[in-house]
Amino acid sequence: VIALRGLALLLLFQAVGEGLVLALKLPFPGPVVGLLLLLFALRWPAVREPAQAAAELLLAHLSLLFVPVGVGIVTHLDLVARHGIQLVVAVVVSTWIGMAVTALLLRALLKRDARPEAGDA
Amino acid sequence: MPDFVQLWVYLSTAPLFGLTATLVVYVVAAAVYDRVERAPWANPVLWSVIVLGAMLLATATPYPTYFAGAQFVHVLLGPGGGGAGLAALAAPPRAAPAQRRAARRGAGRRRRRRRQRGAARVAARPARRGGALARLEVGDRAGGDGHRRAHRRRARARRGVRGADRLVGALSAKYLFNGLGIASWAVRGFALGTASHGIGAARALQVHDDAGAYAGIALGLQVLLASLMIPLLFRWLA
Repeated sequence: VIALRGLALLLLFQAVGEGLVLALKLPFPGPVVGLLLLLFALRWPAVREPAQAAAELLLAHLSLLFVPVGVGIVTHLDLVARHGIQLVVAVVVSTWIGMAVTALLLRALLKRDARPEAGDA
Repeated sequence: MPDFVQLWVYLSTAPLFGLTATLVVYVVAAAVYDRVERAPWANPVLWSVIVLGAMLLATATPYPTYFAGAQFVHVLLGPGGGGAGLAALAAPPRAAPAQRRAARRGAGRRRRRRRQRGAARVAARPARRGGALARLEVGDRAGGDGHRRAHRRRARARRGVRGADRLVGALSAKYLFNGLGIASWAVRGFALGTASHGIGAARALQVHDDAGAYAGIALGLQVLLASLMIPLLFRWLA
């Protein structure tokens, strides 16, 4: 029940975010505005605990939520047939670059952070 | 025989069909995934998409018919992937240690069991999905209301491409990180969360505490930064 309350809260914040975006014509996605609002609201246990319960439930089954969109690929099989190779190459290379750059950069930054005294002395 | 055809027509047009098919196929795929010790190639999203897509094609069921039911799953994601970020950020309060505690609680029994089995070999290898949705939504938003329809058409095309994109991350992250000699769970998790978003965080949580916690942070930051910066970039470029 507490997870259900949390789910209601998450959806409520998302709806408020969407509402704000529509009302103020913000150039951001509503869910992201809702996320920011929720971040501030998390200081209250009445929000935090249900939200956490719902988040754990959602995170545990997160991959399921991506299946419906993924199946949408059947509407673009012609696109895949026509540009399959190019798509695969672009997708693979850009994904690897993204992950590699992030990982290497963070590792470098963490290393520098790990010995702050040694750096200047 | 015509009765059977009619029954199928009825079942396949009722929203129940899409929802049931999605859940049943995913549950089976997830069971197989567990059975093979969560090998990257057995990614349940990949196989669910393949099986469901083949079902739709074989029965000539239009995607919108399927989605009429599947949307009940889809809506949980939040229209922009912000939902996934919301979920990931909702668990941790503000500070990182608290996030880690939350991550630990969230990851659950399965991860612990898995680690006992010597799961260190399982690198983070998430399906990359949530953030692409965020980018999709941002792209729509950045175009302004006037271009919405054209954008939506293009967004649908991108959606298909992005599906492949995220699965590439899911299937290869482990080998990429190993090849680069990146051993730190924190770094692997963070890169995963940045590139792989919701599923990255979820998968990282199952693999290692640190990876999960950092993937969660990366996920939240990435969703926020992308949604703030992409509209600005779009205006600048357009």
